[in-house]
Amino acid sequence: MSTDLPAPAGEPVPHRRTWRLLHGRGRYVGDIRLPGLLHAAVLRAPHAHASIDAIDTAAAAAVPGVMAVFTGADIATVCAPWRGTHGLYPRLAAPLQHAVAIDTVRWCGEPVALVVAASRAVAEDATALIAVDYTPRPALADPEAARGGGPLLHPDLGTNVCLTAAHEAGDVDAAFAAAAVVVEETFRFGRHTGVPLEPRGLVADFDPSERRLTVHHSHQCPHQMQHEFARLLGLAEQRVRVIAPDVGGAFGIKQQLYGDEIAVCAASLLLGRPVAWIADRLESFSADIHAREHVVRGRIALSADGDILAFAVDDLHAIGPYSQYPRSSAGEGRAVLAQTGAPYRYRALRARSTAVFQTKGMAGHYRGVGQPIACAVTEALVDRAARKVGLDPVAVRRRNLVRAADLPWRAPTGLVYPRLAVADCMAALDAHVDLAALRRDCDDARRAGRMRGLGLATFVELTSRGPGFYGAGGVPVSSRDGCTVRLEPGGGVRALASVTEQGQGTETGIAQVIAAALGVPLDTVEVITGDTATTFHGGGTWGSRSMAIGGEAAWRAGRALRAEILDVAARLLQADAAALDLRDGVIVEAATSAARLTLAEIAAVGHFRPHELPAGPQPQLVASASFGPLDGPFRAGSGIQLAVVEIDPDSGAVRLDRFVVVHECGRVVNPLLVDEQIRGGVAQGIGATLFEELIYDTDGQLLTGSLADYLLPTAADLCDIELVHVHAAPPESDGLGLIGVGEAGTVGAAAAVLNAVDDALAARGASIGQIPCTPERILTALGAI
Amino acid sequence: MKPAAFDYVRATSLTHALDLLASADPDGETRVLAGGQSLVPLMAMRLAAPARLVDINRLAALERLEVIDGRLVIGALVRHHRLATDPRVASAAPLLARAATQVAHPAIRNRGTFGGSLAHADPAAAFPACALALGATLTLASAAGRREVPATAFFEGLYQTALRPDELLVEVAVPAATAASRSAFVIFTRRPGDFPVAGLAAVARAADDRSAVDRLADIRLAVFGVGDTPLLADTAAAILESGPIDAARIDAAVAALDTLEIRDSATASVRYRRHLVGVALRRATAALLRPEAVACR
Ligand SMILES: Cc1cc2nc3c(=O)[nH]c(=O)nc-3n(C[C@H](O)[C@H](O)[C@H](O)COP(=O)(O)OP(=O)(O)OC[C@H]3O[C@@H](n4cnc5c(N)ncnc54)[C@H](O)[C@@H]3O)c2cc1C
Repeated sequence: MSTDLPAPAGEPVPHRRTWRLLHGRGRYVGDIRLPGLLHAAVLRAPHAHASIDAIDTAAAAAVPGVMAVFTGADIATVCAPWRGTHGLYPRLAAPLQHAVAIDTVRWCGEPVALVVAASRAVAEDATALIAVDYTPRPALADPEAARGGGPLLHPDLGTNVCLTAAHEAGDVDAAFAAAAVVVEETFRFGRHTGVPLEPRGLVADFDPSERRLTVHHSHQCPHQMQHEFARLLGLAEQRVRVIAPDVGGAFGIKQQLYGDEIAVCAASLLLGRPVAWIADRLESFSADIHAREHVVRGRIALSADGDILAFAVDDLHAIGPYSQYPRSSAGEGRAVLAQTGAPYRYRALRARSTAVFQTKGMAGHYRGVGQPIACAVTEALVDRAARKVGLDPVAVRRRNLVRAADLPWRAPTGLVYPRLAVADCMAALDAHVDLAALRRDCDDARRAGRMRGLGLATFVELTSRGPGFYGAGGVPVSSRDGCTVRLEPGGGVRALASVTEQGQGTETGIAQVIAAALGVPLDTVEVITGDTATTFHGGGTWGSRSMAIGGEAAWRAGRALRAEILDVAARLLQADAAALDLRDGVIVEAATSAARLTLAEIAAVGHFRPHELPAGPQPQLVASASFGPLDGPFRAGSGIQLAVVEIDPDSGAVRLDRFVVVHECGRVVNPLLVDEQIRGGVAQGIGATLFEELIYDTDGQLLTGSLADYLLPTAADLCDIELVHVHAAPPESDGLGLIGVGEAGTVGAAAAVLNAVDDALAARGASIGQIPCTPERILTALGAI
Repeated sequence: MKPAAFDYVRATSLTHALDLLASADPDGETRVLAGGQSLVPLMAMRLAAPARLVDINRLAALERLEVIDGRLVIGALVRHHRLATDPRVASAAPLLARAATQVAHPAIRNRGTFGGSLAHADPAAAFPACALALGATLTLASAAGRREVPATAFFEGLYQTALRPDELLVEVAVPAATAASRSAFVIFTRRPGDFPVAGLAAVARAADDRSAVDRLADIRLAVFGVGDTPLLADTAAAILESGPIDAARIDAAVAALDTLEIRDSATASVRYRRHLVGVALRRATAALLRPEAVACR
């Protein structure tokens, strides 16, 4: 594996936690048992929209084992409501939201009451006995109706539009007028959710004697939650501790503040006892954040030679009944505006994004946040325009990809890319597959009456964001992360990192970086994450940032500790620190590699016999660093995904035959973990394109709210995912120059599969602009039904 | 997702089980627990809240699997996995053997029982349709005695059967296949192991005249996954039986499926299901005509 990072960084080390988890030693929130622990169950709204006229909790409260029944008004006595505002979008309509609904429910599944009891089973028994009088109001379950008006969900706001944002660059009208072909198409994207294996959950433990709150929380961003719990519950932030233990997947689902979760903290405040709540799978579907529901009208202008001249997109994005908190609902549409046409040299763009309220589950940030939408619309338009002008879609891509000579590329979206390796990725794809042969193979199959399609998607993934969006927008979300590295008395190393771990292997990567920075064996480095009381305040997991940002902090802390260790060694040995080195855990003569001291010897002097050190600074044997990107708003990874599908023309079923990802993300800390990030992301993109959909009826009832009908892809539904890594020059930076990778697979997969399906359909004069491409939709497109 | 409180009794004999079913529980309904693969999830979601469960899993008498007098007798507790792998099933009821390999996933097939599947009467389940196509006879027992019910009279509606609350399904008999027997099982699932969006279980007898390779007799077609119960497509079967099976006759049989009462679901329209049923009939017919040539799925 070519990398210029010092070992063991750059090596394919298996994720450390896996070993422990496979031994059944995982410790998830659901495994935490505290003395006096109580269990909560949530009563949820059965209506999409209704006023709450009366709640009678007497029968529920009388059930033996029930400690308390809390309504929205009860919770509100200790928990302030919130608005999902964003300072960069002053016109964003952010309705006031309570943890538990007080007088109106606005989605099926919104919390209405909380029962706290000796066991979850008793709490569920009691929720069934709460009598609520509702007066149903009209549901709003159609995004287009919401844009045009519809029943007002928040009469005080006077609109069902949460936010409209627009961007224009270049002479769009002239570009479309001059085009040889213009393709216009409406694309529909189903509503999806992330479905982590471990559902959401927390154990909140309030100690009234010190007004101290400890929350064991299955969450990506414990520091953000510490801040919000303190603010909304009126506690001193330094007495709020959020611990994310083992977390079984998150994908953005565990990134925001949820009403049911903070209500559990409020219940602990009100009772002075620890309270646990774990979402079951049914409430996960109705109350986890949803994402992706978009209707996008897209246009592309292409010259006769195949130059992309312009894009125009009008994006309609269906959120829930509130702007999500604390990050707001501005991010998804913003990504569509920012990423349209991303890999291509084109000159003119008109883009508009409108987010509308719906009486459906809350919408939030699911892996990729808007980027998969922008990518799919862009790539589908490129394919269609190429076909219409009579050119090979691959050739059109080759012609328009941003090249090294174009850098820094100032895109019409307003983004500036100092580096973008899409052209390198195309070259690597050519080296890996014979695209012309794949094309012939599809054409041969067609002549034999089969439906075979080839789809390509070039994608750009924006990772490792700086403070320009949340910080500058007044949203208290950190774009930084920190790490403390200390030498333990036995010579081992313990690190406390603010990044978090949901199964992706961040801890292992951080350990590799620290081992490399110090010059010690990997297994001597222990990494602790996910505890706000012991680690730096940091951003945690979101937006493909943990390794790029947290890894940089770990590197800097490791280098600082190494410098101090060498300094202590030099003083002990009466040598020049520059002549010493730390290799494989041993202080050696740099020139000869002759061993001089072990780390344990340094540690023993530092911790127990500092009086032996010649005069100079006191030994610390600990170093910290915190890092956040300030040199640019993001770092871009990029790549190309290729899908080959075969469609059964009788049943409409799609079979994936081949899937290739070519990917570039600068220096790679751990190629194994990167591969698995890409594969997992691709699987979620494929799921979105072929299987997954949250379907609501016109009354706002969720029709696909279990794993029996919200279909996740299983191993049997996928094919092998071939990976090719491109190693372009790393970004210029004073550090490691790492680029994030977590969302890359998801950003491009939907586009590649959609294009492959559409390619197969095109041979029969049909086309599909909707995901998921279900068999029924394919048969409809073919005119077979 | 915790079930409501319930009593649990493990039946130690068939008589014990029947006595328990006969003695009404004052707190509410008594339900039989077989493999639990349908009942337990329903209870966890509180869609079912029986007051008492009678566990029949230890009743060895319900695990019978044997061929006698030209009939394959299948005890109610025979698990899907056994149907899929037992050679007696493969030779006496290949339709069941094939269907069993396509029901759910291995873990569910290890627990789920033939009797439980029939008693549950899920309209998308494989075995009710197979029982209908095969002309099965079900033996129901209560403390008061036994009765035999043909499959055609057993499935009364959505999750509704002829079973009375005090009755237990004990065993099922199907005519054992002969050298002339043909069968086909076609399902359309979104993912392997899912309940099908539409399916067809078909049996037939090769024509007595060996040279009439394009003729079939005694055709029974059970369409499932599309209505409240599995549906016998008698008109389509009669059309296929009425002469040499050529393209026109198949088209006519497919057209005759239009009279079936097909329902939609959240994810499948009537149009889509009707189309799939037609595709299934075409594939099944090909398999019935040339069993050795067609890999049917
Ligand atoms: C994820 C999943 C996927 C599945 N996919 C399929 C599929 O693709 N195709 C398919 O056909 N099935 C499928 N099933 C259903 C599975 O086959 C069940 O096992 C079967 O339907 C019920 O059998 P059981 O023994 O588990 O019954 P139980 O769950 O124990 O009982 C079901 C019902 O039948 C009653 N009952 C059980 N036995 C008797 C008896 N002897 N007499 C009277 N009443 C009785 C019970 O009281 C209960 O009401 C699936 C199940 C799951 C969980």
